[in-house]
Amino acid sequence: MTTTSVGATGRASDSGAAGHRPAAPPPDRHRRRGVPGSARQWTALGFAAPLLAYLLLFYAYPLWRNLDLSLHDYTVRAFVQGDPDFAGFANYAEVFASDSFGTALLNTALFTIVSILFQYAIGLALAVFFHSNFRLSGVLRALFLVPWLLPLIVSASTWSWMLNSEHGIINSVIQAFGGDQINWLTSPGTALVAVIIANIWLGIPFNLVILYAGLQQIPGELYEAAAIDGAGARARFWRITFPLLRPVSAITLLLGFIYTLKVVDVVWIMTTGGPGDASLTLAVWSYREAFGTGQPDFSPAAAIGNLLIVIALVFGFIHLRMQRSWEKS
Amino acid sequence: MTGRPLWKTALGVALTALMLFPVYWMVNVSLTDAGDLRRSDPNWFPSDPTFDGYEAALSQQLPSLGTSLVIGFGSIALTVAIAAPAGYALAVLHLRGGRTLNFLLLVAQMIPAVVMAMGFYAIYVRLDLLNTVWGLIVADSTIAVPFGVLLYATFMAGIPRELVHAARIDGAGSWRIFTKIVMPVSRNSTLTVALFAFLWAWSDFIFASTLNRAGEYIPITLGIYQYIGNNTTQWNAIMATAAIASLPAAILLVVAQRYVAAGVTAGAVKD
Repeated sequence: MTTTSVGATGRASDSGAAGHRPAAPPPDRHRRRGVPGSARQWTALGFAAPLLAYLLLFYAYPLWRNLDLSLHDYTVRAFVQGDPDFAGFANYAEVFASDSFGTALLNTALFTIVSILFQYAIGLALAVFFHSNFRLSGVLRALFLVPWLLPLIVSASTWSWMLNSEHGIINSVIQAFGGDQINWLTSPGTALVAVIIANIWLGIPFNLVILYAGLQQIPGELYEAAAIDGAGARARFWRITFPLLRPVSAITLLLGFIYTLKVVDVVWIMTTGGPGDASLTLAVWSYREAFGTGQPDFSPAAAIGNLLIVIALVFGFIHLRMQRSWEKS
Repeated sequence: MTGRPLWKTALGVALTALMLFPVYWMVNVSLTDAGDLRRSDPNWFPSDPTFDGYEAALSQQLPSLGTSLVIGFGSIALTVAIAAPAGYALAVLHLRGGRTLNFLLLVAQMIPAVVMAMGFYAIYVRLDLLNTVWGLIVADSTIAVPFGVLLYATFMAGIPRELVHAARIDGAGSWRIFTKIVMPVSRNSTLTVALFAFLWAWSDFIFASTLNRAGEYIPITLGIYQYIGNNTTQWNAIMATAAIASLPAAILLVVAQRYVAAGVTAGAVKD
């Protein structure tokens, strides 16, 4: 079983260039860097040039502007005129000292961890279920992709209406069973729960597809051998499926974490982070400061954004490190 | 092996129905009469369907559907034009520093959209690009370009070297090899990249709500959002717009399902 990401592309093509004799790559390399080779490098650079220009203009420059925003005191006037005062790390200090910081950090942790654990558990259960290949399993599995393909505004507004206090279908069902009306989106105790439920629903397809692909890489003979040895379904899952799926699981969870960390739309459309700060995550906080109120406050918003990048990169590096160690083994 | 037990199919149908319930509910609400929406026990079935919601949606949201189409196709064009040659440079021409570039593209995918939105906003304010369709095409394409390059590079690395070699011996230059051999062979990758570039641009809310808040031409996601703000009594019209906005996803799932699955897995698992 080989599990690599597209990030391994560079390495894969390097070994391809070294030819079929991995024992002696250096001479081959040298030849490639000869005169025709260097001409080819210029050609390669030419083909990559649009991407390089693109990355500089539309990635590096916005990120640099964002860093610049976070280190200055940008008022609305200074924003348009471009003459802000240098603030150093004052914006960061302000963010850390803010009353919202603790809440946002805790909510971010709850939102991401609870979301991905449920997405993963449900996704895995469904992947194992669909892996048994019953009639219609292909069609049904495809239908499971729908939530992932819908525009987020569509899913989020549908969930808002379903969770509506007076007219929502969910409260209607709860009340039919004798429960009390729950103010899902408007009470501080349940707003975060409500957006987590919607977000779990959104993430199940991604987990299902990746874990299903992982399951298909486990050789079927293993299961046959285990069945002959008398292992039951439960034993087969815990002794074969789960351990062999570990690399894929780790990637799924880490990517899920990085994606969930960035989520703004679902929360913003359903609760705008409220009531108060009840469902405020770091990403939503950043959005709220910059674009959510009549008074845009870009500098703290940029500081929160940069904080998010740091967290995402830390987990991103763990992800890459893990992949590299599996490729070696 | 016990064959294909029917109970699994039954369970599968039940689970799928449960999963797709919100989608059903969107359609159900979109067909409900505005007066019935405020009842505390909602209608489970559109027993008396009305198309008022769709009429309202189409009369008010048609321009934003058109804008979203333009932005979606613009994003496809920009993404493919940048990603395909870069994938060729990485995988076939073995660009030096390719590993570093791959790494940067992976990192780029981890950057939160809200951060990019602020950076773009700060730049667009000065360049007078706020509230323009062009500005939104560029911003939306940033979601798809790193993905596109990595997907192309992965696929193109698997193209048999003999194919490229033979063409080179016949005297074909790099550009000719790219346009006449590599691109036709990579047709499926192009479809996957185009599909995702379109869907991401079509679904984008963050860039639309920050870079195009006061534009003359707003995309459909923003249309729905403003609808919710202005119009909280007409949820049938809101859900009708949402249902219309879901059409591209539904169509693509039917006609291009395997490209969708290929794209989802490309980010994480490759065999």
